[in-house]
Amino acid sequence: MKIYDIIIIGAGVVGASISRELSRYKLDIALLEKEIELAFGVSKSNSGIIHPGTQNPPGSLKGKLCVQGNILTRQISRELGVDFKEVGELIVAFTEEEKLRLRELKKEAESLGVPRLEIVDSAWLGKNEPNLSKEALAALYAPTAGIISPYRLVYDLSENAARNGAEFFTETEATAIEKKEYFEISTSKGVFRSRFLINAAGLFADDISRMLGIDDFKITPRKGQEFLLDKKKEHLTNRLIFPLPTKTSKGVLVIKTADGNPMIGPTAEDIEDKDDLSTTDEGLKNVLTRARKMIPLIDGSDIIAYFAGLRPASGNDFIIRHEDKTPGFINVAGIQSPGLTAAPAIALMVCDLLKKSGLTLKKKLIFRSHRKKTIHLFTEPLKKAKALIKKDPGYGDIVCRCEQVSAKEITDAIDRGAKTMDGLKFRTRAQAGRCHGSFCTARLMKILSEKTGVPLKDITKRGKGSRIVLKDRRDD
Amino acid sequence: MIERELVIVGAGPGGMAAAISAYENGVRDILLLERDQYPGGILNQCIHTGFGLDYFKEILTGPEYAERFIKKIKAIPEIELSLRSFVTLLTGDKLLTYFKPGRIETVKARCLIMATGCREKTREMVHIGGTRPSGIFSAGLAQKLINIDGLLPGEEIVIVGSGDIGLIMARRFTLEGAKVKAVIEIQDKTRGLLRNVVQCVTDFDIPLYFNHKIVKIFGKDRVTGVSVARVDSDMREVTGTGFKIDCDTVLLSVGLIPENELIEMAGVRIDKKTNCPVSDETNKTSVPGLFVCGNAFMVYDLADSVSKDSEAAGRLAAEYLKKIGRAG
Ligand SMILES: Cc1cc2nc3c(=O)[nH]c(=O)nc-3n(C[C@H](O)[C@H](O)[C@H](O)COP(=O)(O)OP(=O)(O)OC[C@H]3O[C@@H](n4cnc5c(N)ncnc54)[C@H](O)[C@@H]3O)c2cc1C
Ligand SMILES: Cc1cc2nc3c(=O)[nH]c(=O)nc-3n(C[C@H](O)[C@H](O)[C@H](O)COP(=O)(O)OP(=O)(O)OC[C@H]3O[C@@H](n4cnc5c(N)ncnc54)[C@H](O)[C@@H]3O)c2cc1C
Repeated sequence: MKIYDIIIIGAGVVGASISRELSRYKLDIALLEKEIELAFGVSKSNSGIIHPGTQNPPGSLKGKLCVQGNILTRQISRELGVDFKEVGELIVAFTEEEKLRLRELKKEAESLGVPRLEIVDSAWLGKNEPNLSKEALAALYAPTAGIISPYRLVYDLSENAARNGAEFFTETEATAIEKKEYFEISTSKGVFRSRFLINAAGLFADDISRMLGIDDFKITPRKGQEFLLDKKKEHLTNRLIFPLPTKTSKGVLVIKTADGNPMIGPTAEDIEDKDDLSTTDEGLKNVLTRARKMIPLIDGSDIIAYFAGLRPASGNDFIIRHEDKTPGFINVAGIQSPGLTAAPAIALMVCDLLKKSGLTLKKKLIFRSHRKKTIHLFTEPLKKAKALIKKDPGYGDIVCRCEQVSAKEITDAIDRGAKTMDGLKFRTRAQAGRCHGSFCTARLMKILSEKTGVPLKDITKRGKGSRIVLKDRRDD
Repeated sequence: MIERELVIVGAGPGGMAAAISAYENGVRDILLLERDQYPGGILNQCIHTGFGLDYFKEILTGPEYAERFIKKIKAIPEIELSLRSFVTLLTGDKLLTYFKPGRIETVKARCLIMATGCREKTREMVHIGGTRPSGIFSAGLAQKLINIDGLLPGEEIVIVGSGDIGLIMARRFTLEGAKVKAVIEIQDKTRGLLRNVVQCVTDFDIPLYFNHKIVKIFGKDRVTGVSVARVDSDMREVTGTGFKIDCDTVLLSVGLIPENELIEMAGVRIDKKTNCPVSDETNKTSVPGLFVCGNAFMVYDLADSVSKDSEAAGRLAAEYLKKIGRAG
């Protein structure tokens, strides 16, 4: 049986970033993921912001890694062909007291190394953010804030890691771990062995750690409900709009997303159940009221979709450490916000911890750092679209009408690993528009079934237990 | 660039009736664009009877009703029916861009009729809270899955809203051997036709709750149930009236919205609430020579009324073309 140098548990943005970073070296790497596809954990439901590093306590690990991550993400997105847009953010003050706090925030952020911060006045705001409430007095402007598609980032990181030799195992849930000569990880798909073990299990990182007897931290899910608006409202704001932060969260934001739809949210609610992804009327009311305070133009009828994500919080900071009690075991836990931003810096830190605990990192002769950009018809100018269609008629066969996704993009996504309807949605945006799949679901199921050989009635939304239809009458 | 006298987008009953009537009123160059593989629009999935009583004085199924128009269209060489042609861009001076397998075309219309129909409102638009598992369908999607693809979406169904499609699907599911546990309507009366309430719900002893709403959907991977409560006259939940219904499927039939994103893109004035063009006369819009008919103009109860009003759109287009001096 194969003994891996390193096994990573969890294929969210953190696990994927670590695997890609480690795939530069001569190592046997495996990634174990319990879900049917990658990025089905916290990394699929967040705000998609590459934070500049503001709103973090000075001296915090998350603040430091966030600032580094913001820089690293730029190069990674170029190499992987993921769209990163530096849109900038404004933290807006509505009272004199809040206005004073902007200075403190600026000072704190500067001590963390956040560059190019500026306090702008109401005249500047009126000119640059015409839809912002006229009651805004001033704002802290952080131009280095950006946006990215979080799930596509995970898919592209993993694809690149796999190309460089890392192995991915889905529907492989770690259920027990023993440290003998090697780590022996029992999973739903048999036992895996490795010399080093990295716990990047998101919400379940405490459960994994406990399997090795380390139980000095607990993950408390902090729910965030988010509400997406119609793409027609894409130009509602030019930048990300934040209120002043509270102790536990950055507040309710008006967000720009990588695909154009604005989003409002998230809430911040400490809960118990790690599976509770429900949204509530109160959540909606709360988010709408707060968002409208900043951008009064927002209307409840603009909402086309909503979801909730759970921040895997443990105290106020990340926990990233080598467990000396269990040599070779590294915990990467409590990766709450800004974990999406910090992920590439976390990966570097983990490499460092591995080196310090005795792993030799030898560079591979060839590391393929680049991947070919995935084509999304809806982002292409007409001329390019015409050329694409000429080359492959499948691009002219529109499957999802609201987001203009072609049959060719769907088959590509399946070739690249999509197995479920959600997997198709995250990769291509089919079903993510205003009709929510009413129009394209049947066709998508057919393509998925034809390409993967899975019978129509066994196509799922997101894996086990989530079949779309319950019976094929032709089987009767 | 190619210029055409009259371009019609959408070959449902609306677009087809408009095309035939434009021809009968003298227009001799008509391009009818349809994104689907077949003409007929939403009628193709309506295999129940209930069409044509007004227009043909006969009772027909949806596909039979559509077939009468399709035959006529095919017999008129001046109407070019272009299938799998998906219009994606429209400008104020009636320049259309459409996708076909293998190419993108641009065409300039001297006169334009939009007959793009409507889409169903989603769960998100009526803000139902809870989880987002599989098993939540718009009634029209469920209809398509059963009638066209032979797939049964679920076995224990709760229907939200009493629109016609929801009512018809209550009967359809029952006939397929599934159990429809309730139809929940927030208003104090049905949104659909009375005959559908009787024939599709009452006759099958399906409980129909008026003044009730779905508060939450439950289930992690697949729907496991919904909670329901009574509402007061302001549509607010009345505390203490809540109860739960176990089910594996939730069907939404909470209204239709005209598909008018294209004309909005072209600068036509749209009513934000209804998504219909702002207009003082049937089929007309704020842009001269740009007409809208069928369910895209307003949501009709009957296909028969769509056909009738859309004929008027064909006439208006012919008159407009005469006025600007190029018809025939
Ligand atoms: C509402 C919200 C908004 C946010 N906004 C932002 C933002 O704008 N910017 C930002 O930087 N950050 C943001 N964050 C934080 C960010 O999303 C997270 O920090 C990040 O996604 C965490 O990634 P992860 O890889 O640690 O976790 P995950 O993505 O959850 O990955 C962990 C994986 O481990 C798997 N797993 C768990 N247990 C096992 C097991 N036993 N065996 C095998 N696999 C297992 C899970 O299935 C999962 O796929 C936000 C978070 C939320 C909730
Ligand atoms: C489920 C259901 C049950 C019904 N039951 C009855 C009944 O029993 N009796 C009755 O009289 N009426 C019934 N109706 C109502 C009737 O079917 C509709 O009123 C009628 O079909 C509307 O016609 P239309 O042409 O406006 O729209 P549609 O039939 O929706 O046709 C619109 C066409 O435009 C095409 N299109 C849209 N956008 C584009 C684009 N960008 N590019 C190219 N093509 C495009 C679409 O593909 C479609 O073919 C029912 C409707 C539904 C949905």
